[in-house]
Amino acid sequence: MSQDRSKISLFEETILPHLDAAYNLARWIMSNDQDAEDMVQEACLRAYKYFLGFQGTNSRSWLLTIVRNTCYTWLRQNRAQELTVELDEEISQIETDIFNPETLLLNTIDQQLVRHTLEELPVEFRELIILREVEELSYKEIANIIGIPIGTVMSRLARARERLKQSLIYGMEEGSNE
Amino acid sequence: MSEHVQRLLHGYIDGELDIVKALEIEEHLQSCAECSQQYKELMVLKSVVSRTTLFNPAPKGLEKRIKSSVRKANQASQPWLSLQLRWIAIAVFLVGFIILGVMIGSRAFNQSQEFTLAREVQSAHVRSLMASHLTDITSTDQHTVKPWFNGKLDFSPPVVDLATQGFPLIGGRLDYIENYPVAALVYQRNKHDINLFIWPSGNTEEGLRYSTYNGYNVYHWTQSGMTYWAVSDLNPDELKSFVELVQKNFG
Repeated sequence: MSQDRSKISLFEETILPHLDAAYNLARWIMSNDQDAEDMVQEACLRAYKYFLGFQGTNSRSWLLTIVRNTCYTWLRQNRAQELTVELDEEISQIETDIFNPETLLLNTIDQQLVRHTLEELPVEFRELIILREVEELSYKEIANIIGIPIGTVMSRLARARERLKQSLIYGMEEGSNE
Repeated sequence: MSEHVQRLLHGYIDGELDIVKALEIEEHLQSCAECSQQYKELMVLKSVVSRTTLFNPAPKGLEKRIKSSVRKANQASQPWLSLQLRWIAIAVFLVGFIILGVMIGSRAFNQSQEFTLAREVQSAHVRSLMASHLTDITSTDQHTVKPWFNGKLDFSPPVVDLATQGFPLIGGRLDYIENYPVAALVYQRNKHDINLFIWPSGNTEEGLRYSTYNGYNVYHWTQSGMTYWAVSDLNPDELKSFVELVQKNFG
């Protein structure tokens, strides 16, 4: 039926351009390639099912919201232990000069170390860094996707970045002690 | 350094502060060494968690897989309602001819009467577009479908599954035409539905006749005391093959 064919092509035009963003987010939340693919596939099917109800203009945010929800639903059912984290815990501040830009050469921060450190972050911090730094979404868009107030985005992001920085410093110190 | 300024620093770096707060932070940075240091370290941090270092593009083939699964999902959820509407429309279309048969009895259809009837049926069709189902009993097993009609009809329609010949039986349905209950057997061929209406023919004997109504192909005939009407949007050649199979099996 031509009606279905046009729904399919409209869906593909609107949603498929954001496939890379969807996969990237899923990959960082799920921590492995296969799970990420599965989640993206399921999310796209749900997006298709609810596509006619999508009235908004921001299809990337809409798709990422579905991807995120799909991932967390699965995690809650299969890897719930990954989701329990005290986001309010005190971050131990390491006194160090190692992160000082005057003493730091940028290429001494190993890309692998950055990825590894990010992977070790609690998932709620990790996704926030990804949405802000990699997807370059606004606080408002992030607030909509995660379902938290904008003020919470800013304070949680501050804690996420602080945690990441401390973990990176720790990793670099470990490296320099070898 | 206050926690408040700490947080605002992040908003400032991300360009999310309003102009008033942004200017306040800028002013503060000029006089506060600690915050200034924090700001520099944040800039370093941002540079290492950039898109260039952290982005994972979708693997090859994922797009294709999603396209195909979306198409599969689309087929699975065919709009049954509109299909039912079509069949109700056809059933009502046939009302005219059956009414005529009941009223006239064993006399053959008159050409002009058929024409008048077609027009009457069209308006009846518009009035009666209420759909609820394609089958009352959904089963490919003729030994399930045939006895289902017991007690619902005062005749027992012959039922045969023609799946091996490419026309699988989908199920059966009780249809009413001017208060007269008829059997409707539903078959399928390549996603085209075929309705085979059956009712006792009385004394009339008619050879195979073909016609089209609103784009639908219709074959009707009588055989062994039963009248058969086969209706489908399937092409006439394949529908005729179906009819011939039915005639052979219902011998």
